Amino acid sequence: MSVETHDGVHRHPAPTGFIRKYIFSVDHKVIGIQYIMLALAAVAVGMVMSLLMRLNLSWPGTSWPILGTLFPTGAPNGVMNPEFYLSLVTMHGTIMVFFVLTTAPQGGFGNYFLPIQIGAEDMAFPTLNMLSFWVTLVGFIVILLAIVVEGNASVGAWFSGLGPSFTGGSGTVGPIGGWTGYAPLSALGKIAGPGQGAGMNLWVISIAIFCVGSLLGALNFITTLLNMRTKGMSLMRMPLTCWAWFTTAVLALLSFPVLLGGGILLLLDRIAGTSFFIPSGLYVSGLLSGSNPNFPLHTGGSPILWQHLFWFFGHPEVYIAILPGMGATSHILATFARKPVFGYRAMVFAIFAIGLLGFFVWGHHMFISGMSPYSAIAFSVLTLSIGVPSAVKTFNWLGTLWGGRIRFTTAMLFALGFVSLFVAGGITGLILGQSSLDLAMHDTYIVTAHFHLVMGVASIFGMFAALYFWFPKMFGRHMNEKLGHIHFWLTFVGVYTIFVPMHIMGIVGMPRRYSSFGEYEFLRTLHPLVLLVSVAAVITIVAQVLFYCNLFWSVFKGKKATDNPWEATTLEWTTSTPPPHDNFAGVLPTVYRGPYEFAVPGAPNDYVMQTDVGADIPGGDGHNGHKH
Amino acid sequence: MGRVLAVIIWIITLLSVLLFVSGKWWFPAAISEHAPALDRQFMITIVVVGIAFTAAQIGLGWMVWKYRDTGKSSDRALYSHGSNRLEVIWTVITAVVFIALGVMGQSVWASLRLHDAPAGAYSVEVVAQQFQWNFHYAGKDNKFGRTDPQLIDDGTLNFVGLDPSDPAAADDAVTAALAIPVNRPVELRLRSKDVIHNFWVPQLRFKQDLVPGMEIKVHFTANKVGKYELACAELCGQLHFKMKSYMLVLPEDEIQALQGLSQEQFQTKMVELLAKYPLPNY
Repeated sequence: MSVETHDGVHRHPAPTGFIRKYIFSVDHKVIGIQYIMLALAAVAVGMVMSLLMRLNLSWPGTSWPILGTLFPTGAPNGVMNPEFYLSLVTMHGTIMVFFVLTTAPQGGFGNYFLPIQIGAEDMAFPTLNMLSFWVTLVGFIVILLAIVVEGNASVGAWFSGLGPSFTGGSGTVGPIGGWTGYAPLSALGKIAGPGQGAGMNLWVISIAIFCVGSLLGALNFITTLLNMRTKGMSLMRMPLTCWAWFTTAVLALLSFPVLLGGGILLLLDRIAGTSFFIPSGLYVSGLLSGSNPNFPLHTGGSPILWQHLFWFFGHPEVYIAILPGMGATSHILATFARKPVFGYRAMVFAIFAIGLLGFFVWGHHMFISGMSPYSAIAFSVLTLSIGVPSAVKTFNWLGTLWGGRIRFTTAMLFALGFVSLFVAGGITGLILGQSSLDLAMHDTYIVTAHFHLVMGVASIFGMFAALYFWFPKMFGRHMNEKLGHIHFWLTFVGVYTIFVPMHIMGIVGMPRRYSSFGEYEFLRTLHPLVLLVSVAAVITIVAQVLFYCNLFWSVFKGKKATDNPWEATTLEWTTSTPPPHDNFAGVLPTVYRGPYEFAVPGAPNDYVMQTDVGADIPGGDGHNGHKH
Repeated sequence: MGRVLAVIIWIITLLSVLLFVSGKWWFPAAISEHAPALDRQFMITIVVVGIAFTAAQIGLGWMVWKYRDTGKSSDRALYSHGSNRLEVIWTVITAVVFIALGVMGQSVWASLRLHDAPAGAYSVEVVAQQFQWNFHYAGKDNKFGRTDPQLIDDGTLNFVGLDPSDPAAADDAVTAALAIPVNRPVELRLRSKDVIHNFWVPQLRFKQDLVPGMEIKVHFTANKVGKYELACAELCGQLHFKMKSYMLVLPEDEIQALQGLSQEQFQTKMVELLAKYPLPNY
């Protein structure tokens, strides 16, 4: 076991006890599965919340008795009130963005497969890896606590013992602020209305904890990738998934600290009487700041500062969510088109360009915030230019399919769905990125449609593709392909039916985050579309039950998988299924060629694995990106 | 399977495009001077977006149709790692198109935001608060009376904190609806008492946040008399969806008639005017 390695990492023996093996495990594979299970739990909560939102928008005033029982204040007699709806908006967004789109793609699949794909025995810091998962889990528990604290009067009353800002029980399922938590609404405390007490405190604390977990993870990914690649695994021989996870980790390392700092300042404004985001002279709910013990004096803060801090994180976060999906899609398209990735080098540059530019465009969320109109122009033009590497990736995906011999597995269907949805969702960035057009489009449903398609649904399709693809390696069994196909067709058609009409709503001018559209005449014509979207959402959500059933059934009963069922080329398919504790049973692989050597003329099979030796096997060595 | 997927992608693309070109749902008719330029830029952009979307989806469908593995031939896929020439071509083309769109997309913005309102603009102070709009008019003297947060008292209906001891305040009026003149530049001075709100009249084609602690000036010229709905477009709390008011665009004589009125007369007149003008047909 303890062979000396070039990086001097201590290898750890396989644990034997249940707790060290499956609960407090330092094995990156177990941790990866833990992250995926966390995401599966979180996505279920987030999805139920979206279902409730659609029910409220399309059938307002309808009584849902179970809600009345669970939340007697927020949904009296089972009818949701406005603050209940708005807390759903906030919690849906927060849970989906942080605990689904940031955990499964990176912490889940990245954790499991990055070390194996680069030929390492584990992450560089296994204990830190375990810690990053458990910290993230604590963050999730804290955000779930927000539901109970606000939703249940007696729990809320208990929390108020922690201080006046911890008063809960306002009947909501958490704070009201959207996932962006704009100050000063989020900073003022319970004086600003329902959901601004304990729920908001727990929201900020949860996000701060999440930031810490993500930072630990990012350090680990970067170190592992740079230091622990096996012999022959040069950077340009890495699968594109590894490039995506690496870039994502760099983005996380640079952006999460800013949100962490901002979150701490926001919490101080809420519980310690500071004024980082609260200006002077506020008059809230009939009280002037400083005139009353319930509303202490605040002075000198800047609401826009929160937006800068939030979006300096928030925009790279969009790429943190989607880059791993891009990596998985490239990987899976090549595998099932039986072709090398088209323009591998261009793909790597595009990932980097997206990551880099992603740090210079946060202001496009703030055109109409009151910031300088001159900086808006700079942000706008930079935003449009980020479309270029995104388009380059799309062209290369099509190029990868061109001339291929496509096998339509469920994984491949979802990867193709990713390409379709990424284009559909990303392309409207050309509209929203223009400062002039944002004057009309800002905070309408076209924004909702845009980011749901591109960072929500496309990312999730990337993860579905990844799961159907790697499931056999992870669990030694296949997921049921027939159910997988049905899941794909319903979801693919469903998400388009949900989100395409939302663009139209945005053009008409429908604002986001409204619990009811009944107040406005100009929105009346949209009611048929609102109904259509809700029906499609219900069907799409029900279709996900199929997925969950397939998943859990297949873990135990699925068709047994071989070591390399997809006839793929990269290192995870060279080891046994599922991989042993140290990934390669004590013998690290040596890499001789590039990651996607499919259809090599003259080779015995239509795929040449990265570990295949022998001058008699032709195929690119991976150091020359363009062998014709 | 490849053919089914291709057909589904094409059908989705067709239906999506049809939804956009149906004309059943679109912007409400514009009523501001800058709006036609903005609508034109939107049309140019959405045509580019539509072409790119359609081309990409047709291309994707075509790839999965044509290159599906039929199992009939033992030929392998094409062995290609790409083409530098193609990479350069599509990078340059998309860069030119996207950045050109981005640069074009600045002109309306620049015309509205890079300079102050022209001299002689009709000014209204807009003070938002949780779930209510307040509009402060300067009156005949064209001077806004002094306001001070210390003087705000919602209980006595002094919503904006107007200082009654300031002579300039004597002819000021504060109402819950906005009245502006037609065909004359209007300047709004936007403030908020509590949290961030957003001024949104869809027919005007612009939004602007009202940020507590800041006074943000915006200007525009409305060119169609009528009554329009005004919404809050930034999440401001529980009753955000109900934070509604109206904007009246009035002929010059009706605006002039409002100027000399006392607070009570002004409010009565506004009620009359709000009843007089119907909403546009949607």
